[in-house]
Amino acid sequence: MARSIKKGPFVQEALLLKVEALNLKNEKKVVKTWSRASTILPEFVGHTFAVHNGNKFVPVYVTENMVGHKLGEFSPTRLFRGHTGKMVADKKAKPQ
Amino acid sequence: MARIAGVDLPREKRVEIALTYIFGVGRPTSLRILTEAGVPAETRVRDLTDTEVARLRQFIERALKVEGSLRTEVAMNIKRLMDIGSYRGTRHRRGLPVRGQRTHTNARTKKGPRRAIAGKKKATKK
Repeated sequence: MARSIKKGPFVQEALLLKVEALNLKNEKKVVKTWSRASTILPEFVGHTFAVHNGNKFVPVYVTENMVGHKLGEFSPTRLFRGHTGKMVADKKAKPQ
Repeated sequence: MARIAGVDLPREKRVEIALTYIFGVGRPTSLRILTEAGVPAETRVRDLTDTEVARLRQFIERALKVEGSLRTEVAMNIKRLMDIGSYRGTRHRRGLPVRGQRTHTNARTKKGPRRAIAGKKKATKK
């Protein structure tokens, strides 16, 4: 079920404050964040966020198309290196 | 011959069903079209008058996105997800389920027929 419109999009307060401060000063700095659930607002466009994936911070450069998505969508939490065995050799022969 | 939005409608069927042969039109949309165009739902396609066909065609062209343009829109939406590098985009790219379903088993619709895994032992019955 979608989130109530009355509430507006969820953004971590601290994150929003930081971005607004950067916008006021008109500068771009990497904003480190753990808040993967925060929605990307139009104000975020052009900024780079370092989004935590549970292990390290993944740099995410926000473009206009990303507005409305969550920061976490751009910082994958799983690393799939492929299955073991003969299949791996086959895959290497013809990459996707 | 009733030809709407580039699709030939089956002649023997009731219009409410026949309209669903158009990509982007299901039962609810079909019924909406018919009320808006003032065509009774129970008429067979072969019994439609030319003016009725024209009204149907006109309403569909004016108010709905169907067939080619709808397909392009869907494809564009998926392409956008892939281009921005989102999780959903990468799932599309790999041909895996997008909405968090399990992939340990099942997910065959997305993954296609099973591929044999070399060197995997068959489970033997006791």
